[in-house]
Amino acid sequence: MTTRARDTLIGWALLAPAMTLLVAFTHWPALASLIESFYSTARPRRPARFVGTANYEQILADPVFWQAFSNNLLYAAGTIPVSIALAILMAVWVNDRIPGRTFARVAYFTPTVLPMIAVANIWLFFFTPGYGLLEQITGAFGLPSHNWLGSPETALAAVTVVAIWKEAGFFMIFYLAALQAIPPVLAEAASLEGASRWTFFRRVQFPLLMPTTLFVLINAVINAFRMIDQIIVMTRGGPDNATTLVLFYIYQVGFSFWDTAYAAALTVVLLALLGLVAFVQYGILERRVHYR
Amino acid sequence: MKDIAVEGISRRWGEAAAVDDVSFTVAAGTLVALLGPSGCGKSTTLRLIAGLDQPSAGRIRIGGADVTGLPPARRGIAMVFQSYALFPHLSVAENILFGLKVRRVEPAERADRLRRVADMLGLAALLDRKPSQLSGGQQQRVALARAIVAEAAVCLMDEPLSNLDAQLRLEMRREIRALQTRLGMTMIYVTHDQSEAMTMADRIILMRAGRIEQNATPAEIYGRPATGFAGRFVGTPPMNVIPAAAAAGLPGLQPPAGPHTLLLGIRPEAVRLDPAGLPAEVVAAEYLGADTLVETRLGGSPFVARFAGRVEARTGDVLRLGWGPEAAHWFDTGTDRRMN
Repeated sequence: MTTRARDTLIGWALLAPAMTLLVAFTHWPALASLIESFYSTARPRRPARFVGTANYEQILADPVFWQAFSNNLLYAAGTIPVSIALAILMAVWVNDRIPGRTFARVAYFTPTVLPMIAVANIWLFFFTPGYGLLEQITGAFGLPSHNWLGSPETALAAVTVVAIWKEAGFFMIFYLAALQAIPPVLAEAASLEGASRWTFFRRVQFPLLMPTTLFVLINAVINAFRMIDQIIVMTRGGPDNATTLVLFYIYQVGFSFWDTAYAAALTVVLLALLGLVAFVQYGILERRVHYR
Repeated sequence: MKDIAVEGISRRWGEAAAVDDVSFTVAAGTLVALLGPSGCGKSTTLRLIAGLDQPSAGRIRIGGADVTGLPPARRGIAMVFQSYALFPHLSVAENILFGLKVRRVEPAERADRLRRVADMLGLAALLDRKPSQLSGGQQQRVALARAIVAEAAVCLMDEPLSNLDAQLRLEMRREIRALQTRLGMTMIYVTHDQSEAMTMADRIILMRAGRIEQNATPAEIYGRPATGFAGRFVGTPPMNVIPAAAAAGLPGLQPPAGPHTLLLGIRPEAVRLDPAGLPAEVVAAEYLGADTLVETRLGGSPFVARFAGRVEARTGDVLRLGWGPEAAHWFDTGTDRRMN
């Protein structure tokens, strides 16, 4: 056997374990979902048959899907800008030479380390009507009691707040790393020119953080559309579908109603949507990002 | 034009003093080089003058005004950093104009000043480029332009040429000196390269271990080094500093009277072949074209001589070396201070 052929063989052998897992549990299921979305759901007495785009037509006519979709847009619009802004703010703050900055960094990062199930349960307590933390505070000021998670008007906002709390610290770590890659001499040069802290941030730090912002933004969008554990623990999509997000709806359709073909079609729509968003983000922002 | 006065400044970190009670003045419109080996405190001194660091003791005056407590931006200074500190995401023009925009200079005047500075430094064709698209020398010019466009009376330079290749360094030396003279700037120039200091500066402040070793004109510092260290640091190849006893046999050598143990400093270029001189065994010879460097051992000490033209000297040969009485620099063995 020639060296080259042997190298190729060894290369493939080394790739094989990871490749097997990826193909078995990622690539094939994705492809299978796409195929299944064009079939009807198999029932005990009626096997799956090809139905063309019937599932997709159903999606267009499905009011719950549209509500889940608009909920998801609101959820994304609420979590993404706020958590990114908070992340930058915290990162800039704990990047400076402040006393106890290691403590501050750890404190900000803690929510990320906690599992979402635990976080959701903690916040469930905060939001509990009657004796929850929030109620105790508002009650102390004599404000009327409010069921934050139980009312359709406030449930989505309450869930959004939790997501912001959990994500901001995670994004902060990326910003912190990026800030530390900016040479300190730039700050000195700017201070010699008389630039204020804000000017330095606006004209130097923020533009130099753009690659990180792009990365974080794409992650934030993906996170916003694949959020499910928090919903399951906190609201189960209720009240009256007020907090049903797209992935939770897919989960419900697939595993509560067992309409797997329809769930497959919904999954394909979600994937296409995410792909499109990532494509647009790269396409538009890439040109405005300065890479070093 | 403004002068600079540094009065007894120190910078300590715990026990260690990076700058230890340093005082000097820089006359308005002159270029002073802060020279010394790495870690001697020259860069720290510059940062204290710039206000990027606060002194533990002492005062700094610029143009007569006490600026010790002022932030960098209010000291009326410009600075060029060793790494240039260009903003990588901004174009050359934006980099140069950064300070003017921060200071809200009128757009018309900004454009005017940008054009002038760009012409002066030959950057007119590069204004739209990003720093990463420039060569090292061009980046250096942008950094200079950014310092000059501020029209500050005082310009501080922190080893500005150390990232350039030798050829470019020679060019930029002349250019910086010409700009400094033409614009009448008061300039403090930090360098570890003695030839840079010698060629550019009106005065050289030689530092060592946080203190000033000698503050003098280039001619003085070369002709009458205040310490053995100054003698060895300025001039290439460095001055030979040997125990006086090693040269005791040379006729006409008159050590200064006193109880001190002495060191004798002789510049390699002052050494000549002399039949009545001291015997020195050749260790190695380097032929450089215009002259030859001969490394010898004289009375047990390494001793370098520099002769014009080509000198035939093979390892093991014994040469007889001498020098004029005016070439002898005497230093105290204990304090390193000049004795004659």
